Amino acid sequence: MEKEIKNIIEMRHIVKDFNGFKANNDINLTLRKGEILALLGENGAGKSTLMSILSGLLEPTSGEIYVRGEKVNISGPNVATSLGIGMVHQHFMLAQAFTVLENIILGHETTKGLALDFKTAREKILALSKQYGLAIDPDAKISDITVAQQQRVEILKVLYRGADILIFDEPTAVLTPQEITEFIKIMKNLVKEGKSIILITHKLKEIKESADRVTVIRAGKSIQTVSVADANDEQLAEMMVGHHVNFKLDKDPLNLGKNILEVKDLHVNEDRGTEAVKGLSFTIRGGEILGLAGIDGNGQDELVEAITGLRHVEGGQVVINGQDLTNKPVRQITEAGVGHIPADRQKYGLILQLPLSENIASQTYYKEPYSKHGIMNEQAIREHARELIKKFDVRTTSEQLPASDLSGGNQQKAIIARELDRDADLIIAFQPTRGLDVGAIEYIHSQLLKQRDAGKAVLLVSYELDEILQLSDRIVVLHDGAESGEVKPDQTSETELGLLMTGKNTKKEAAAND
Amino acid sequence: MIKVSPKAKRLLVPIVSVIAGFLVGAIIMLVWSYDPFQAYSSMFESALGSANGIGETIRNATPLIFIAIGFQISSAAGFFNIGLPGQAQAGWLTAIWIGLAFKGLPVYILLPFEIIAGSLAGALVAGIAGWLRAYFGTNEVISTIMLNYIVLYLCQYLHQDVMNKSLRVDTDTTKTVGASGSLRIPWLSEMFGGSRISGGIFLAIIALVIFWFLMKKTTVGFEIKAVGLNPFASRYAGMSDKKNIIISMLLSGAFCGLGGVVQGLGTYQNYFTQTTTLDIGWDGMSVALLGGMSAIGILLASLLFSILKIGGLGMQTAAGIPFEIVSIVIAAIIFFVAISWAVGLLFKEKKSDKTATYIATAETAGRQAANDQQKGGEA
Ligand SMILES: Nc1ncnc2c1ncn2[C@@H]1O[C@H](COP(=O)(O)OP(=O)(O)OP(=O)(O)O)[C@@H](O)[C@H]1O
Ligand SMILES: [Mg+2]
Repeated sequence: MEKEIKNIIEMRHIVKDFNGFKANNDINLTLRKGEILALLGENGAGKSTLMSILSGLLEPTSGEIYVRGEKVNISGPNVATSLGIGMVHQHFMLAQAFTVLENIILGHETTKGLALDFKTAREKILALSKQYGLAIDPDAKISDITVAQQQRVEILKVLYRGADILIFDEPTAVLTPQEITEFIKIMKNLVKEGKSIILITHKLKEIKESADRVTVIRAGKSIQTVSVADANDEQLAEMMVGHHVNFKLDKDPLNLGKNILEVKDLHVNEDRGTEAVKGLSFTIRGGEILGLAGIDGNGQDELVEAITGLRHVEGGQVVINGQDLTNKPVRQITEAGVGHIPADRQKYGLILQLPLSENIASQTYYKEPYSKHGIMNEQAIREHARELIKKFDVRTTSEQLPASDLSGGNQQKAIIARELDRDADLIIAFQPTRGLDVGAIEYIHSQLLKQRDAGKAVLLVSYELDEILQLSDRIVVLHDGAESGEVKPDQTSETELGLLMTGKNTKKEAAAND
Repeated sequence: MIKVSPKAKRLLVPIVSVIAGFLVGAIIMLVWSYDPFQAYSSMFESALGSANGIGETIRNATPLIFIAIGFQISSAAGFFNIGLPGQAQAGWLTAIWIGLAFKGLPVYILLPFEIIAGSLAGALVAGIAGWLRAYFGTNEVISTIMLNYIVLYLCQYLHQDVMNKSLRVDTDTTKTVGASGSLRIPWLSEMFGGSRISGGIFLAIIALVIFWFLMKKTTVGFEIKAVGLNPFASRYAGMSDKKNIIISMLLSGAFCGLGGVVQGLGTYQNYFTQTTTLDIGWDGMSVALLGGMSAIGILLASLLFSILKIGGLGMQTAAGIPFEIVSIVIAAIIFFVAISWAVGLLFKEKKSDKTATYIATAETAGRQAANDQQKGGEA
């Protein structure tokens, strides 16, 4: 009888050296057949690097890899594919102008004579999509579908190539809570069908819900592998960062200042011209954090873009520090005292090809000491960058590295450093902790609270109720571009918020029925 | 694949491209039974073998340097300025016209006057395309192509029907500018065997330094680069895309205009009817594509092009190779240089981080697509 292979993957003593910096420094990892193994570690710990090695995108400096008990040399992505290893990356790699079907078969086209055999491909994709519960329209264009659907395309792409070992790099960072539940279901289906999965995530809750075991890595070293059932949040967090993590935030009593942001009867359209923000009004005073809760796509993007000058305001007013800044240029609004942590860090937050130092200067480069009479002072720009890198603990080997070389979480930290450093009166934080590890989240949260305590106004837009409930002094719930209710975090529940988010205001309805 | 360091790769790719181009050119000549050794030696002989040849090569390179700089400034901002010939032509006619109309002015007034007016004329033409792009979303490729023809025929009208007859020899040709309005320097021409080399080459070197300084050291250059690399992030950072479109097109046109100025005041000394869009515009674009964003690259590329061009004449006269074959050989060399990215595939960067570049390219490709769609939507 054939021997049952228990460890489908074994990585031994993996080292990856980037010009002297060891992103992986002696990592060991085993994946058992049919399990979900979570990979946990701080931003920049080396998780993506390790998985890129496994999927053939990077060559390890040293170390050995065994797949199904046999030693292999994964010299390129094609080798990984032929070994049945498929990876869904942190940042998707889809051709926007192509359809779902075209993207899935891209690079693995089956042909009939000289023509592409779309028919067979389509049948195969539909069969896969049915088998694993990955609903998708094969003819939709990538640019027209949601992020969650794009992710399904990435998964189908990997399955189409016959992978039975799947690697997911922070798959849930871009998903809404509802989509995350759905995603965990998909993973469970995959395992049920005999696949093995490595899951990278910073969210301990997801690990608890889905994984069998968890391997913790820290600063390029594998620390420990434990069974999820035996571990609690505090232990995991401590293993990961190397010291105790405080999950409870200390909040000073509220000390309200003057009105900083006044949004009055705001009307904003989305790209196609339909109204996305429908007469929204709210005020934020100095010293408070206003949490804006809501399901993705209920006008949050348009609202923030309108306040920051990136989108035209159709009606109503945006007043900052008593100044009417409706439809004013972005720079004027920024200069009036606004710091903006954008939701999409790679689209808005950074210019990936430019060095980190220039990215950190991108809001101040035109001012002294960073430039004088239109001539840039590279020295000052770099010095300031080094300062912020240290202060905000951005993990990078140099401020001259292009922003694209930073790990996802560290890119986010660099943006936050830039925006909080300017001493702005209004901080707009849109999903500020997306993709950050628990230690970094704790740090960012404490920084936002510090801003509040220093008398700044903070607008926190987040799809994560935990974050909203933890930080906010008041919560406004957005539904379909309008306010569906305002609540106090200590007088509400996730259920009530959930109802408000779907547009059901029980209190209002009760009042109306009286 | 050969493993090399990224730095070596940047150097190797153009060199290997050029060599490959020469080899293919040699094969083409062999097929038509011409002797490639004789051909290439007469090419280098006539381009570099005499003081006059060197002078003519430099003369040919001078306007190309300006025009390549102009092209690169607009492409750094993400625009494809195809209006180089028109912008150069506007600069040429303007400089000559002013030189003839104000013949009496002393050299230190007249020369700067011509140069500035010529570059402004180029800037004006490009500025129109920039303005259309910024305020109406008009695709700059189409508008600059159309502007080439508008300028071509407008120049014809202006110099045949508007220009004072006393400034012309006949309908097709103007008089030549006087010594105080010319870029020719007697001792320089003499040094290079009576060739048409002019003081324009010094201006071109200065322009290269300015280009380097502009893109590397100034806030204007930083904004142009930022807008070109990621228009979303630059809007977010408060840079005005309208302003940057217009500024980059104005600067681009100003440099192209200067290319026309040195062609007029240096090479020809006069203006004459043009029947097609200017060659120097297209050659300047090729030089830019070959030379890349670096000032040194542009300088070397412009010299290579000029060696081919001037040497090509020598191939015809000395080696007796027909004009058509010479053109094919030169085109083959340019072709290889233009597809140097393909040559780049031969080399693998040592210790490179494939993921980072892989992700970055996938990202940019995606963004680009989204960007294009949005641009399409605007238009
Ligand atoms: N090409 C490169 N050159 C130099 N350093 C690099 C390069 N690529 C990655 N690094 C560094 O290696 C370290 C590990 O990066 P990696 O992307 O693996 O982190 P990660 O664990 O996935 O983090 P995150 O959770 O933030 O995504 C980081 O400090 C990063 O800056
Ligand atoms: Mg990562």
